[in-house]
Amino acid sequence: MANKNEHLQKDNAKAYWKENIKYLSILLAIWALVSYGAGIVFKEELNEFRLGGFKVGFWFAQQGSMYVFVILIFVYVRIMNKLDKKYGYDE
Amino acid sequence: MMNSLSLLLAIDVQNWTYILVGITFAIYIGIAIWSRAGSTKEFYVAGGGVSPLANGMATAADWMSAASFISMAGIISFAGYDGAVYLMGWTGGYVLLALLLAPYLRKFGKFTVPDFIGDRYYSNSARIVAVLCALLVSFTYVAGQMRGVGIVFSRFLEVDINTGVIIGMLIVLFYAVLGGMKGITYTQVAQYCVLIFAFMVPAIFISIQMTGNSIPQLGFGGELNDGSGTYLLDKLDGLSKELGFSEYTEGSKPTIDVFAITLALMVGTAGLPHVIVRFFTVKKVKDARKSAGIALLLIVILYSTAPAVAVFARTNMIETVSNQPYAEVPKWFKKWEDTNLIGFYDKNSDGIIQYVAGDAFLKGEDGKFDFSKPNVETANELYVDNDIMVLANPEIANLPNWVIALVAAGGLAAALSTAAGLLLVISSSVSHDLIKKVINPKISEKGELTAARLSAVAAVCIAGYFGINPPGFVAAVVALAFGLAAASFFPAIILGIFYKRMNKEGAIAGMLVGIIAMLLYMMKYKLGWFDDALPDKSEWWFGISPEGFGSIAMLLNFCVSIVVTKFTKAPPEEVQAIVENIRIPSGAGEAINH
Repeated sequence: MANKNEHLQKDNAKAYWKENIKYLSILLAIWALVSYGAGIVFKEELNEFRLGGFKVGFWFAQQGSMYVFVILIFVYVRIMNKLDKKYGYDE
Repeated sequence: MMNSLSLLLAIDVQNWTYILVGITFAIYIGIAIWSRAGSTKEFYVAGGGVSPLANGMATAADWMSAASFISMAGIISFAGYDGAVYLMGWTGGYVLLALLLAPYLRKFGKFTVPDFIGDRYYSNSARIVAVLCALLVSFTYVAGQMRGVGIVFSRFLEVDINTGVIIGMLIVLFYAVLGGMKGITYTQVAQYCVLIFAFMVPAIFISIQMTGNSIPQLGFGGELNDGSGTYLLDKLDGLSKELGFSEYTEGSKPTIDVFAITLALMVGTAGLPHVIVRFFTVKKVKDARKSAGIALLLIVILYSTAPAVAVFARTNMIETVSNQPYAEVPKWFKKWEDTNLIGFYDKNSDGIIQYVAGDAFLKGEDGKFDFSKPNVETANELYVDNDIMVLANPEIANLPNWVIALVAAGGLAAALSTAAGLLLVISSSVSHDLIKKVINPKISEKGELTAARLSAVAAVCIAGYFGINPPGFVAAVVALAFGLAAASFFPAIILGIFYKRMNKEGAIAGMLVGIIAMLLYMMKYKLGWFDDALPDKSEWWFGISPEGFGSIAMLLNFCVSIVVTKFTKAPPEEVQAIVENIRIPSGAGEAINH
């Protein structure tokens, strides 16, 4: 019984970790896309477009990516709080 | 009523500075007395019960140093687009921290970063390597902070820089030694409020003046207030081009270098021990994630304003001095000329300030510009220090005296809060990681607390010494600290969490290779120690500057770690169990002293 329980717990932990990694990968992909993508590598292309007085590539580099970073962390906090509940790890 | 108002208006900048700095210092000392640490747990992790909001504020103040507050906007204002490396680099690291490090380290539940490295890699050698990295990173960083305190004092209160450093040392000593992490946390909360207020007030004033928009973040993308209908950034691009600089929104660094520097700063941020330990102070794993979010939000308030300040100040600066007669310059120009932050030499003797691209002066033996040696190869007659953009901005924009004085209080808050956080890392590295864990494990709690306090005192003295006698490589210091953190801690911690088979041989080899590569590259290409002269940019590997090399050193660390691990035996069962345990958020308990 104890052994079976332990197994279940391990499976639970594994599933939790797998889902965590999935969300991490998505969020970090966005992280890289706004900063290294929009702000650096594709800056010139994006600078063709404008947002008021800002060239878009410049805006991502000096403003936009930072705002996205903040949003990403809070989205992560929400996702993880839900995930913790789903797997019974919340406290 | 009228009388007292006119009285307030009559107070000059210097007296306002005394008043504001005096009040803020009294607050810090008051908090320190109220929040004295009674146990090692309180000293190292503030008792482990700090709320996510308080921890977020403390982390933000801890993070934003004299450099962020005083120099960053100025650096951006001269670098234009390239300044984005600091903005993205110093904020993007928090995403890594929140997603990849903070929750797991909090679950691990010890006091310090070397604690994690030592236990996860079941090795005192790994622990000692980590302690040495932590000390190296923190000392390089803290020397700059003490210097920052001295500079603010000398510029605003007209005391000698060294006296300023000593006053700063005494204040930090008082609350770091007395309160430990607990005292530091709550003073940092107060310091965050002071520094953000001091940064935002002038920025908002100037934004309204120039663009009519009270939100600086929007203002600098808006139209000018003069009815011309031109966008501010377009005007600045035009002015820059006219004077021979590269267009403001374009920048001049190669893309690969911008990429590398941004990456090195991001990863370095996530690997800095004084930032990581802040997440040991909250109660639960959940709180660690949340407080990382709050910290970044509070940091971004300043960081998103800085590029706006940079644009306002640059435009204002060019318009006020370029092609103006020297005899008619405003008062602030002369004042900052006296402190050597502005230098002018009338090369063509026409009495008019020519401010164009190129170095106006030649460098003296100390590596600084010598204002008696004009550089005849350029037409530029004016040198403006980076720091002017924040320090003199309120004066350039004619803001009231109390706003100018506020900047001094804010700069001090930024420098002191960061210095205190670093000193704590230094003292806990010595008293906890070295004395308690390696040299004398039988030391009593009381003995350890005394050791922690004594090492804090010693650390303040050493930091003060370097503040007064800055080593010649000060310019390399920040890049070095981030590069080292990126090259050492970041891979070791990430692999320790995400790669269960990671073993001690791999971790130690990786850290050593990372640090050594970083140090060698820095010595060769930043300090020029291996050649007669500093090697040219064209010799940089892949065109990557020493500032950006941390990202390469980090990759080296990852590769070496993984390869060595593959060829050596897997870590013991109980260590693999630790890894499984830290991946689950529940049951973190409080940070404990094993």
